[in-house]
Amino acid sequence: MRVGVFICHCGNNIAGTIDVARVAEETRKIPGVVYATTYMYTCSEPGQEEIKEAIKREGLDRVVVAACSPRMHEMTFRRTVEKAGLNRYFFEMANIREHISWVGEDKEFNTRKAIDVVRMAVAKVMQNRPLFSSSFKINKRVLVMGGGVAGMQAALDCADGGLEVVIVEKSQSIGGMMARLDKTFPTIDCSICILGPKMVDVAQHEKIKLYAYSEIDEIKGYVGNYQVKIRKKATYVDWSKCTGCGACMEKCPSKNAYDYFNFGVAPTKAINIPFPQAIPKKAKIDPNYCRQFTKGKCGVCAKICPTKAIDYEMKDEIITEEVGAIIVATGYSLIDMDMLPEYGGGRYPDVISGIQYERLLNASGPTAGHIERPSDHEEPKTIVFVSCAGSRDKSIGIPYCSNFCCMYIAKQAILTKDHISDSQSYVFYMDIRSPGKGYDEFTRRAQEEYGVHYIRGRVSRIYPKGKKLVVRGADTLLGTQVEIEADLVVLATAVISNKDAAYMAEKLHISYDTFGFYVESHPKLRPVETNTSGVFLAGACQGPKDIPASVGQGSAAASKILALFSGETLESDPAVARVNINACVGCLKCVKTCPFGAIKEKELRDGRVVADVIETVCAGCGVCTSTCPCGAIQLQHFTDNQILAEVNALCLI
Amino acid sequence: MADREYAYYSGCSLEGTAVEYDISVRRVMEALGIRLSEPEDWSCCGSTPAHTVDHLLAAALAARNLTIIEKMGFNTVITPCPSCMMAFKKAHHRMKEDIRFKDEVNSLLDEPYNLNVQSKSALQIIIEDIGLEKVKERVTHVMPDLKVAPYYGCILNRPPEIAQFDDPENPLSMDKIFTAIGVEVCDFAFKVECCGAAYGVPKRDMVNELTYKILSMAVDCGANCVAVACPLCQQNLDLRQQQVNIRKNTSFNIPVLYFSQIMGLAYGYSPEEMVIDKLVVNPDSLISSRITLSQWNEMKAREAEASKAKKKEKKNIEKIEEET
Ligand SMILES: Cc1cc2nc3c(=O)[nH]c(=O)nc-3n(C[C@H](O)[C@H](O)[C@H](O)COP(=O)(O)OP(=O)(O)OC[C@H]3O[C@@H](n4cnc5c(N)ncnc54)[C@H](O)[C@@H]3O)c2cc1C
Ligand code: SF4
Ligand code: SF4
Repeated sequence: MRVGVFICHCGNNIAGTIDVARVAEETRKIPGVVYATTYMYTCSEPGQEEIKEAIKREGLDRVVVAACSPRMHEMTFRRTVEKAGLNRYFFEMANIREHISWVGEDKEFNTRKAIDVVRMAVAKVMQNRPLFSSSFKINKRVLVMGGGVAGMQAALDCADGGLEVVIVEKSQSIGGMMARLDKTFPTIDCSICILGPKMVDVAQHEKIKLYAYSEIDEIKGYVGNYQVKIRKKATYVDWSKCTGCGACMEKCPSKNAYDYFNFGVAPTKAINIPFPQAIPKKAKIDPNYCRQFTKGKCGVCAKICPTKAIDYEMKDEIITEEVGAIIVATGYSLIDMDMLPEYGGGRYPDVISGIQYERLLNASGPTAGHIERPSDHEEPKTIVFVSCAGSRDKSIGIPYCSNFCCMYIAKQAILTKDHISDSQSYVFYMDIRSPGKGYDEFTRRAQEEYGVHYIRGRVSRIYPKGKKLVVRGADTLLGTQVEIEADLVVLATAVISNKDAAYMAEKLHISYDTFGFYVESHPKLRPVETNTSGVFLAGACQGPKDIPASVGQGSAAASKILALFSGETLESDPAVARVNINACVGCLKCVKTCPFGAIKEKELRDGRVVADVIETVCAGCGVCTSTCPCGAIQLQHFTDNQILAEVNALCLI
Repeated sequence: MADREYAYYSGCSLEGTAVEYDISVRRVMEALGIRLSEPEDWSCCGSTPAHTVDHLLAAALAARNLTIIEKMGFNTVITPCPSCMMAFKKAHHRMKEDIRFKDEVNSLLDEPYNLNVQSKSALQIIIEDIGLEKVKERVTHVMPDLKVAPYYGCILNRPPEIAQFDDPENPLSMDKIFTAIGVEVCDFAFKVECCGAAYGVPKRDMVNELTYKILSMAVDCGANCVAVACPLCQQNLDLRQQQVNIRKNTSFNIPVLYFSQIMGLAYGYSPEEMVIDKLVVNPDSLISSRITLSQWNEMKAREAEASKAKKKEKKNIEKIEEET
């Protein structure tokens, strides 16, 4: 065996705290190593050329690169050795950067540790076997979870690219949060006017199939071949008959249903179509408020409906769809105002949230676009906006910035002046975050042209005084306490992940952060990919972001899928579990432990039952390996022998 | 018969300026079947004077008392004064979090404190250990004229990670107790505003300003008295009310009672037994209308009867009118 080792300086990243020359020198003494050298940037083009040449010149049959994390460049170097004629699994990477040079300061100690790590990699590479991936056919349909602006953009781009798309939207209509907005910053264009046509496109696109008021029950399979169980929740209205005429809604006697679309600004009917531009424009019954359900009698809508669409007996329906890739675009939620008791949201009716205010501004909202106080329906003259209401507040577990509220506060303050010319708006802020294109100009306009009074400081308390609300806060620029008597207070409540975010993540086998936002594969270089191949992210489910960024991600995710589906087949990763049928006793413990359901039982010709791995489903996690009492199931490229060789290299010298 | 027994640390205020708090808490606890055991040879809790100059000394003073209580075999001490309670809770918390600090504190003590004592306010014991059911059961008297603004002050529930009781921004324990004993509670927005605490001595004007705000809010929300759970709050709101009136040209005359005094009155103790006369602003006019629960129930029954009869009469008249 002829092993070659390439030790990278990575500029000063590695060479700064590791004596790379000495590592090379010591490496040369390892039996089996015939060549060891150092290089400034091994991943650069000349660096890779050097490896290829050395393979030919020195007759190398195994290669070790001691450099950064394999997550960074393992694929790069596997391709390099493959181009020089070696099997790509005859390559190992020793991580001497993230694991050593970046974390330790003692050069002598680091150098010795690097030598150990290289020795382990050499021991492992000498045990490596050639592995070959096989190709499998793919189903080129796409599932988009969530029909907000990000999901819609992704669906339209995929469909325009020729792929069939299935959208599963949890609520009654697509549109997400953007459908609730009045105008959008920084151009103040009407939100539904730019979103509505897109919604219609989604509905009419021949390649898009929409399941509204539906949820994902189960996801099985792997990239290229997923089976998805979709639960079409009972709406108690047969949507194939419903024409969206709204007659039922007019006559329904139950008038106090909670209006989810309007965030409870005003009550709605127990049967309703959430907003005029809803897609699909179909009615749905809320059984928590419908008298037929709560009292057992009513039936008004059934009598009224001209197409006899009402069906009180309707049950959830389960549908299975087969797709090859998934885009998760499930968006975000907002904190409840009662998480901020010092502001009295929920206790004082005239303390409302930003999204509720958005509905008050909206011409198709519950007040037809007239700004009025919830308490007495009077027009407010003094409006106070509180930014970072819950955001950037470690004490309630939300240390992050909600990203878009500084901007929408400026927008809402401008719109307030447009609606009520003799009004005065105040904004309490920590700092104004407006780094987008045209954004800073926009917040300045609010101050300079619209006379919005910005006060730098936090609000400590809001309390009622007669018909007014006193907002007490600090003005940290003046160094004093200020109190403003407001008619209406708007809280820019913090953005949080959806309640079911973690639950969905487990179904999708993707990771989420401490706050429930989905984690991308690389924060800079792979922003819409996840670590599960075939699953992509778009929009605010990955972290708070505004419409332009959400749309950008939607398109990016679509283009990733179009690239993924550019051929007819995909290559499988051969580093999966494999069963040695001679050693397997058929206890099937591995079948139970495999989190991906990748192991099946198989009957051999002699009637013996053994375990069998479905190569394309196995994610290579290795749980089965440690479960098997006989050592019969082995993860390829991480076999017991390979790992033991590494341990021995470290311990037996 | 006592159902439970707790250690009871009254602290220096309750021996002097706030004896009525001490006496009323003891009596109410007795009425609720709680026996209180006072540690012998207790000393300063380590609050204000000590903790403003030396945290180690403050913790040692607190821990000395906790050691005595620990040795008595109690794991809970009732500390009605929030300053004492916070001094104990803080010392305990910090010693628990930081072993070096614990060793340092213990090195100053004759006997070490082993972190086995929880300090709780009387409110916390009543809500968590006794329960509102029992609080309600013991009621013998009704005070129909009382409209209370419950004022908790700033340290009873804060900081929340140390206080570990009730909501730091909108506490409700006192509200719930009053509701349970049938006393009307007002929606008071300044429950946790600062009263100025011990700054009454060095910065009287500032404290007058703060108490002015609290008293105004109490009056604005329709209360005719304020309930407190802290000797210092009581003093600032009650004793200094006249100062506020002079300084701000107001005419506040709103009594400030300890919550335990109100409970005691509902449990049938006499105003003398609750040492009501020690309060500066006299609450007599509010509590003189106190009647027994049975009288109250009789009265309510009579009222119900009367309104029923009235309704009937009205119906009859309507009927006759219809017929004619
Ligand atoms: C008050 C306010 C004002 C704003 N103003 C502006 C503005 O002027 N300009 C701007 O650029 N941005 C603004 N924003 C931000 C904007 O709302 C977001 O950028 C945008 O909505 C993000 O789109 P999204 O598709 O990622 O998420 P969402 O809009 O949240 O859409 C997600 C969709 O997924 C669905 N869903 C959730 N969970 C599931 C599930 N498990 N299965 C299936 N479907 C699911 C939801 O029902 C929803 O339809 C504002 C936000 C607020 C709160
Ligand atoms: S965007 Fe502005 S208001 Fe919103 S959390 Fe960030 S800094 Fe606060
Ligand atoms: S655990 Fe091992 S022995 Fe048991 S069935 Fe799986 S492979 Fe076979």
